[in-house]
Amino acid sequence: MERKDNIIELQHIRKCYVRDTPVVDDFNLSIQRGEFVTLLGPSGCGKTTILRMLAGFEQPTAGKILLEGDDISALPPHARKINTVFQKYALFPHLNIYDNIAFGLRQKKMPRDLIEKKVKNVLEIVDLEGFEKRRVDSLSGGQQQRIAIARAIVNEPEILLLDEPLGALDYKMRQEMQLELKSMHQELGITFVFVTHDQEEALTMSDKIVVMSNGVLQQAGTPQEIYRRPANAFVADFIGESNIFNGAKTAQRRVAFAGAEFECEDGYPAGTLVNVMVRPEFVDLTEPQAGTLQGEVISSIFKGNFYEITVQSGKYEVVSQKNREIAVGTPVGIAIRPETIHNMPRDLKINHMTGILDDKLCFQMHDVSIPIDAAALDADWTQADGQVYDGAGQVIETAGMQVELSFSPADAQLSDDPEEGVFQGHITTIIYMGDHYSYCVQGKNQEEYYVNDEYLWNVGDFVSVVVPPGRLHCRRVKEGEQ
Amino acid sequence: MKKIHFSRSSLGIPYGIFLVLFVVFPLLIILFYAFTDGQGRFSAENFIFFFSNGKTLGTLAYSLGIAASTTAASLLLAYPAAFILAKGRFRRRPVLLMLFILPMWINFTLRMTALKEILTVIEKNLAYYPFMNTVIGMTYDFLPFMILPVYNSIAKIDDSYAEAAMDLGAKPAQVFLKVMLPLSVPGIISGVMMVFLPAMTNYVVLDMLYNSTYIMGSLIGSYFSAYDWHNGSLISMILLAIILGFSLCSREFAGQKEERTGGIRI
Repeated sequence: MERKDNIIELQHIRKCYVRDTPVVDDFNLSIQRGEFVTLLGPSGCGKTTILRMLAGFEQPTAGKILLEGDDISALPPHARKINTVFQKYALFPHLNIYDNIAFGLRQKKMPRDLIEKKVKNVLEIVDLEGFEKRRVDSLSGGQQQRIAIARAIVNEPEILLLDEPLGALDYKMRQEMQLELKSMHQELGITFVFVTHDQEEALTMSDKIVVMSNGVLQQAGTPQEIYRRPANAFVADFIGESNIFNGAKTAQRRVAFAGAEFECEDGYPAGTLVNVMVRPEFVDLTEPQAGTLQGEVISSIFKGNFYEITVQSGKYEVVSQKNREIAVGTPVGIAIRPETIHNMPRDLKINHMTGILDDKLCFQMHDVSIPIDAAALDADWTQADGQVYDGAGQVIETAGMQVELSFSPADAQLSDDPEEGVFQGHITTIIYMGDHYSYCVQGKNQEEYYVNDEYLWNVGDFVSVVVPPGRLHCRRVKEGEQ
Repeated sequence: MKKIHFSRSSLGIPYGIFLVLFVVFPLLIILFYAFTDGQGRFSAENFIFFFSNGKTLGTLAYSLGIAASTTAASLLLAYPAAFILAKGRFRRRPVLLMLFILPMWINFTLRMTALKEILTVIEKNLAYYPFMNTVIGMTYDFLPFMILPVYNSIAKIDDSYAEAAMDLGAKPAQVFLKVMLPLSVPGIISGVMMVFLPAMTNYVVLDMLYNSTYIMGSLIGSYFSAYDWHNGSLISMILLAIILGFSLCSREFAGQKEERTGGIRI
């Protein structure tokens, strides 16, 4: 039995650069000794902030970082047994390669002959023997990369942090370095924490992938887990190619999506609203009558080792990968095997919509237009003669301002009078929840509203969503937020 | 009709003419006067006179002393200020940098008169400390020329260098000594060049602060006002040689780093 040996534990880490706007929130992660962990996410998701807190360049606003059980959150970088490979390498331009690599060892007051031995040894590891006297700017990007790694690992750190170290290299070089880093990791036995936005890189190298979005951990797991069983639609969409549909469980082993019912293998109870993910390589294209769905090929693109074939079925598009071309216009059937359907329960606590204010203080989103009360945007603001004034009596320019509206499904009701409510659409799913029904209403532009209503409507009914005044909350979206 | 085409190199012609007319040609005239006597014959007499006369050599030494002290004082004042402005808590506050530069826009005579009054209040009689007063005056005058290049070169140092040093175990003092200071050397050299030469020749500061000692600038001035163009030219040439030697040395010293971290190359 393998012993649990966590070298790093991040507990409830929160980091705010600006008060009360966390870039990382309630982040929990354990990293085992010797693991290759990748923090993966789009830019601005907080992955680099996590890395900088591990290195000691930033202090968490709240939470603890444990290194081998000791809280190191407040320790300065020079006192941590952690070294970093920087994104742009940060090799000292005024020192030659030897002095760059020896920098850390000299700080430790190591004897000269030992430093010499170690530098020579580490240059062998990164395959750049004899580069001691070279200047930093005489090296290519890939060579600088290796020196940056050498400079870090020569200190024999417990943990090596790598901040998008391959970002500046060209494609071929990057692939080569990926494999090299992986074998280096196996050779050295050091724990690697790697940051990247490149999902392919993460899948290739990692023992464990940590997917982040908006400062929040979305999923942590092995590459296989992350790819095959993503925790939510974000992860499914971010890692690899995928078809994602809104669906609902109709029975223990059945799920409805894309206008048909499929067999599936998960155990979510009937009525659960789910996001359904099917990888393109698992979408089988058959004779029209043999498929569960019927459609027509609308594009067929050569991608090297496969053709990416897009099929239009009703209003849904399904992407498939096939090793032969299918001509555009060919009618096909779509079959999906039960074990390749992955269902992810949907969280529908609240409805959120973002839109722009026009010059008449109306919220605009697609064809929805809702007048907004200035006081709802900011308690200090007042409205007079079509102008908005702040607490000090200054005119505020509201046109173009981004605003988020939200309402709770429990506060809204459905109406068959299209004029009564602010949002209109067709009911797409109904779930009976005991004392009420949970409806999903889809508007013209695929936007969805969730409403709890005690009366029974039918799928396909055209309804409007009525939100009583005071129950529709609005909030200004500050710059930089998404 | 034939069109006239300008190639890119022909755009440089006016500047070439300008340089020849107003730089190369005058330099040659100075060189000619420096090594001729009153009859226009070649003569090294001026040269020998300068380097065998105790008075002129004393002036040279005094000038070098003033210039070196001024440069050192400016650097000691400017470096911490530039460092704090570029990397400290006040970074990205151009207003503060502006405040350091602002005195340059106030008339020189006004500033010197004000300084003179202040020094008189403190020292009672300016004649007691002529050397120190001159260094104070020049430092006050030339400080912006030191701050700007030093600030520029420090501001251009990527933060990741300091972080890398910390990461490799360097404490804050070591980070400064082993990384920040060496990387800001090009700025220091530019600043030194900007201050050293004017400090050797700017005799107006001396005059205004009632320092009756001669420096190289006053020597040139007095020769020329006595219509001794030959000795005046020779001293100009000596100054030129000093600065040339200085900049060659510093270039050797700074190596190719200037292109990387900025600073004004002279």
